[in-house]
Amino acid sequence: MSEYLKPVPLKKKFFTPGVIVLCIIALNGLIFLAARFFFGIGSVTNLNDQYPWGIWIAIDVAAGVALAAGGFTSAALGHIFHREHFHSIIRPALLTAMLGYTFVAIGVFVDIGRWYYIWHPLIMWNGNSALFEVGICVMMYLTVLYIEFLPVVTERFMGKVNLKGFLSFLNKPIEKLLFILDKGLSKTIFIFIILGVVLSTLHQSSLGTLMVIAGEKMHPLWQTPVLPLLFLLSAIAVGFPMVIFESMTASRSFGIKKEMEVLTPLGYTVAPLLGIYLAFKLGDMFIRETFVYLYEINTASVMFTIELVVGVIIPLRMFLSKKVLETPSLLFTASFLVILGVFLNRVNNFIVAYTPPFSYEPYLPSIGEISVTLGFISLLVLLYRVIVLNFPVISLPFRKQSIKAKYTIKG
Amino acid sequence: MEKQNRRNFLKSAGLLTATIAGVSTKTAKAAPENILSEDRMGVLVDTTACIGCRNCEWACKEAHGIPAGDINSYEDKSVFKQMRRPSGNSLTVVNQYENEKMINNPINVKVQCMHCDHPACVSACIVGAFSKKENGSVIWDTDKCIGCRYCMVACPFQVPSFEYDKAIDPEIRKCDFCYERTKEGKLPACVEICPVEALTYGPRSELIKIAREKIKKFPDRYIDHIYGEHEVGGTSWLYLAGQDLTKSKALPSLNNKPAPGVSESIQHGIFAYFVPPASLYALLAGIMWLNKKKKENSSRGEE
Repeated sequence: MSEYLKPVPLKKKFFTPGVIVLCIIALNGLIFLAARFFFGIGSVTNLNDQYPWGIWIAIDVAAGVALAAGGFTSAALGHIFHREHFHSIIRPALLTAMLGYTFVAIGVFVDIGRWYYIWHPLIMWNGNSALFEVGICVMMYLTVLYIEFLPVVTERFMGKVNLKGFLSFLNKPIEKLLFILDKGLSKTIFIFIILGVVLSTLHQSSLGTLMVIAGEKMHPLWQTPVLPLLFLLSAIAVGFPMVIFESMTASRSFGIKKEMEVLTPLGYTVAPLLGIYLAFKLGDMFIRETFVYLYEINTASVMFTIELVVGVIIPLRMFLSKKVLETPSLLFTASFLVILGVFLNRVNNFIVAYTPPFSYEPYLPSIGEISVTLGFISLLVLLYRVIVLNFPVISLPFRKQSIKAKYTIKG
Repeated sequence: MEKQNRRNFLKSAGLLTATIAGVSTKTAKAAPENILSEDRMGVLVDTTACIGCRNCEWACKEAHGIPAGDINSYEDKSVFKQMRRPSGNSLTVVNQYENEKMINNPINVKVQCMHCDHPACVSACIVGAFSKKENGSVIWDTDKCIGCRYCMVACPFQVPSFEYDKAIDPEIRKCDFCYERTKEGKLPACVEICPVEALTYGPRSELIKIAREKIKKFPDRYIDHIYGEHEVGGTSWLYLAGQDLTKSKALPSLNNKPAPGVSESIQHGIFAYFVPPASLYALLAGIMWLNKKKKENSSRGEE
């Protein structure tokens, strides 16, 4: 091989027409968010005593956690199972997980009525509560993700700290701090990598336990004691499709070559993982005999069918085909469908399935709720862009002989 | 060098397991007060006696510092045209339903928090802001609550209400079984005011006996079912009725398993004193170490 991959800060301009659109969507979300803090949750959302949780929990938190699963699945593949071939995907996946979980935390922060008490679970414990488990695990995992990302920061700044003017006296101490961090982390990072995977499996599954206590308020198509297992399996299944989706989107956006030599082999892992999820989901349906609810046509049965057929069965068939795995556009579509399937599953579990005994009209998200959710997604994408432009996250191919030569961008 | 690494690795892994184990003993105690006393109190609601005067609604507001207005205004029967639910401003409400046996004699059903024997809210609350007291009341602590509304998702009777229009310190509002009044030896406000003795306050075990006797004595008046005796594992509030109140959806139709049962056993199964997570950690660490060693061996072989 004459080429090798090395993560570098991308040399591209920040503003494009798409970026400006994202900025506007983000700003719109922030305006509605301000209203929430000044006039209460009721002023912006359609939530009420019948439907206490809306899309801020279903999408921002539940789907957010699931779609950030690429972080722990690629860490497990790259570091724990030591598949060095996939090392180039770890940093982008880590960054997405870090940003994803940051926005999950922000999502919780804006949804809870008393945001200034968000630290309460740290000292007020309820070991029986699934939500307590999720909360503590997510807090710990977020910290672990930041620690895992630190080497990228030290790599970026080590030997390059050059503060000007009156701050220049800080140069040496910062440089020393970075050196200590880098040295300490390179020896201990494995502790955090394993911890990250363990914490992920714990809270990905506990997120499923959350709705179990809602009991008969939840439609039987989704309400099952194996919900935690289904949540965990679907999170594991969506991890790599998410990495593929992101990698291809980033490649297109930055005009760099698609890493098919990494993404195709990665795609091979998806079918078995998705297959296991499908087996458990169908098995659960047949054991509990809930398929009888599919005979009647209503929102629940239609949403369940879409989730299962479009989001699991069709992409599973696609990922089994060699042609799909080797064709960028088909691989992209298949990955997107898996993501859509898991996204729908979370929305279904937290909103569609939730049918309280006394309700007058179904919950539909308000303009404010949709604006805030879209705003957060836009902010996440914008931050991703800022970071990959300034930190060594995305890998580019280099010639082996001339390491120091400037890289060329293909494609 | 390699040996050194391995030792470091084992040392840190061991340290971590020890820390987690240390934490776990604390977690075992970290659950809110949840007492299921033999002498817990309850209220028996006789829906065949209730005349729908709604004085209980007025007394409840008075007792909880909610603007109650004139008691005479509660004679207005037009509110029965639509079904109402307990809310932040009225912790209990009376609804009217058609009587299957006597069309001209509608059934009035008072609803409020049922004060479950195995409360879902106490189990669900992330910070343990709910507790079940010795006298049976399930109460909420404003100093802990973070406003996540998981109690509302969990409650099988759909009772807790949230103040969505408050930007600062929104509260979870629900019947507290007049905890402050009963502490002083007073009756719950609604029981005290009821003019027809449709509400009987007393030890839950006694109330069940009374209810059984009533059913035995007047088999035409009551159906043979005490709602709340077994529903979701039992509730402090018990209902006697002339017809199945779940059919008209006056009360939700529920099974007899405690609401938090499945969720708690899953939760404790996954954790079980941190053994499963710690084992997973050890397993992953083992795989990582083996893969690393394999890699090192193969690269040494190449050289």
